Amino acid sequence: MTDVAAAELPASILANPMVDDWVRLLPDGFVEVRSGKVELGQGVLTALAQIVAEELDVDLARVRMTAAVTGVSPNEGYTAGSLSIQHSGAALRMAAAEARAVHLAAAAQRWQVSADVLTVTDGVVAAPDGRTASYWELTSEGLLHRRVTGAAPTKGVADRRLVGTRVPRLDLPDKLAGRPRFAHDLALPGMVYGRVVRPPSRAAALQSLDAARALALPGVVTVVRDGDFLGVVAEREEVALAAADRLRADATWEERATLPDESDLPAFLTAAPAVGTVVADTGGQDPDPARGNGFHEARYDRPYLAHASMGPSTATALVTGATLQVWTHSQGVYLLRRELARALGLDEEQVRVQHVAGAGCYGHNGADDVALDAALLALAVPGRPVQVVWSRPDELGWAPFGPAAVVRIAAEVDADGAVRAWRHDVWGNGHVTRPGFVRGVGLLAASHRQGGEPIGPAGEPPLENGGGAARNAVPGYDFPQQRVVNHLLSVMPLRTSALRSLGAFVNVFAIESFMDELALAAGRDPVEYRLAQLTDPRGRAVVEAVVRRSGWADWTPTESLGHGIGYARYKNTSAYCAVVAEVEATSEVRVRRLTLAVDAGLVVNPDGAENQIEGGAIQATSWALRERVRFDDRSVTSDTWESYPILTFSEVPAVDVELLPDNGNPSLGVGETAQGPTGAAIANAIHDAIGVRVRSMPFTAERIVAAMPD
Amino acid sequence: MTAVSVNGKLEHVTTEPDTALLYVLRNHLGLKGTRFGCGLALCGSCMVLVDGRPSYSCDVPVGSLEGREITTVEGLSTPENPHPVVTAMVDGQAAQCGYCISGIVISAVALLEGNADPTADEVRRALDGNLCRCGAHNRIVRAVLAAAAELRAGDR
Repeated sequence: MTDVAAAELPASILANPMVDDWVRLLPDGFVEVRSGKVELGQGVLTALAQIVAEELDVDLARVRMTAAVTGVSPNEGYTAGSLSIQHSGAALRMAAAEARAVHLAAAAQRWQVSADVLTVTDGVVAAPDGRTASYWELTSEGLLHRRVTGAAPTKGVADRRLVGTRVPRLDLPDKLAGRPRFAHDLALPGMVYGRVVRPPSRAAALQSLDAARALALPGVVTVVRDGDFLGVVAEREEVALAAADRLRADATWEERATLPDESDLPAFLTAAPAVGTVVADTGGQDPDPARGNGFHEARYDRPYLAHASMGPSTATALVTGATLQVWTHSQGVYLLRRELARALGLDEEQVRVQHVAGAGCYGHNGADDVALDAALLALAVPGRPVQVVWSRPDELGWAPFGPAAVVRIAAEVDADGAVRAWRHDVWGNGHVTRPGFVRGVGLLAASHRQGGEPIGPAGEPPLENGGGAARNAVPGYDFPQQRVVNHLLSVMPLRTSALRSLGAFVNVFAIESFMDELALAAGRDPVEYRLAQLTDPRGRAVVEAVVRRSGWADWTPTESLGHGIGYARYKNTSAYCAVVAEVEATSEVRVRRLTLAVDAGLVVNPDGAENQIEGGAIQATSWALRERVRFDDRSVTSDTWESYPILTFSEVPAVDVELLPDNGNPSLGVGETAQGPTGAAIANAIHDAIGVRVRSMPFTAERIVAAMPD
Repeated sequence: MTAVSVNGKLEHVTTEPDTALLYVLRNHLGLKGTRFGCGLALCGSCMVLVDGRPSYSCDVPVGSLEGREITTVEGLSTPENPHPVVTAMVDGQAAQCGYCISGIVISAVALLEGNADPTADEVRRALDGNLCRCGAHNRIVRAVLAAAAELRAGDR
């Protein structure tokens, strides 16, 4: 065997190079799979199990997925960016193929035959003469403790049994029957319940506290105060809640105004201190009305958005001697371990972080923060596991938000309306304040403790990694001249971080709305207009597919009904998605139907992919129509489901998804491909229905009235 | 001590009468399928049946339940004999993260008890008291309709 050049090995293999970092044979006929990626409620562990079962030629039922835990699992950083199949899938495919090849070689040697003549069925190797032996009979101590070379052949299309099939999710039967599966459901021996009392507003400082009434409640174990961090531990959860209420009532805080005017965020965002970075520039001059060509300009904006998971953030922590154990739904167990150790003055070896499923994740929510909350309370009661669950108001009010943003686009067009020059400016906070990637310890409680530093401001990952605020700010069309500038705010009044699709949601909304505006100004069909400036064949294919499937050409204009299209390739490097939205716009907007066409290359589990795309489209519809984080000059006020409404069952559109054939292209993630194009398609459909161009999200009745021409 | 009848069994728990039923179910009785979502009776993750009616257990004081019968998601099924609504949801892969789903199963079961042949719109309205953030709504509605058809076929 010749080794694949190191540069060609997946990054996850370079960081975790041994076969048994990934795949191990368990004694009783099972296969243990260790991935550094975690289940975020999207079924990714099922897809990864499919990949291993495929390459190893075993039944899926033999595969046991080990939830990520520090010291055991390969370190693959964060589970984020729709990269789990690309990163962990590539690594597992290679490691599993290598494990298969190693056992074939062992059988070949035992039987003195060529490995090429051997076959494998459900882990049983067979020779042409009928001799058989299972992997478990062939294996030996340390056999898989060898480097992944990348030389073992992986399955071709014709040989696949599992990859590309609609395998049911491994975790759903338990979840549907109500069996304990979530971090919230942990019940460890001797466990006590912690609650944190957050400050009443962003900059509030704890002046005085009388903990006597809280401590007097039977069952209260202790009250913890460290600067502005305040928490309580009790034997029963209901007692912890009651004690937290008493602490809240018996604490005096000094407050001050720190937040901008929520009713005019664009004014704040475009005037706040910012650092401008040119993220794309073809050279040439910006669009200029003075040159005599057609000139158009428009400004779009989105509000802050909440992750708003159904299950609030939770963690359980246990201090035993000098060690800290944490059970968490963090997106990155190793990174969280490092930051917890840093925050608490421990060595990383003293901290063990174990992933347990949370509710749907959607990005950097409170999962990491609550781990430090639990750890701080656990330090006060060594030997007792402490479970902390955030309240709904804390989840909607204190977790990081997807940042508000403004986009201004200007274009110069020729006589046919085709773009000659394009300029895109985006203003807003960054999308990354993950622990370890931001100034200070990026955990909420650390910023509230005595001497704690404020978190942030959020930074910007390089565009080659997908960018953050500038994600999808570079149009995917063939414009002869374009310049894109990201104005990243250097102040951060509200903590912002990654929410599904990051900057793609506002940038694609703006670009695809503006494309519609240009098409209509030129009197051209929005689909024809796009295709005339789009040469990427895979991009054209999804646009053409969605046009066909949605019946775009057969649309009959009807009073108050409209249709609109949106298109983007996520991150300009990931899955292609085109969406057609059909809306009914009367006193308010109702999205009736969404049709999506997606090219995600090789799809490991089509049902899982469709589920993700449907869900992404519905969530984006909710963002576009309903959602807006509200705040006064001190505090977030949209902290219940009444003040932060999301789409209900009666309001969700029908969703129809077409996955395009992979044509031999590698897998691309799908969890975030639908959001940007969906928001844009809805805006374009509203214009088609009632002739009003809404450039400000969410598209509420109030905003539509405000956008009506005088 | 407070007494409460859950899934056909009378249970005695040590808590205050104003404790929300949710915490009694999850912690005192270890029935983790009923989940905390908001504590304000707005999301439905904590839905249980009280005398057959869907109720937000985060908002029901355990002391108010004397003489009432509580059914949780665990009380609907056994692993060997899952409820048709559960089976239909597995068959239709009608969930993503699954956190909200046991409350939705409860609401769906209550609907089908009173309406054996609901329309899709009736299913949606019956589930409007349950929120789902992942966007599995349409799959869930299809699964409830499939379960209704299955239950009707079983009745013939």
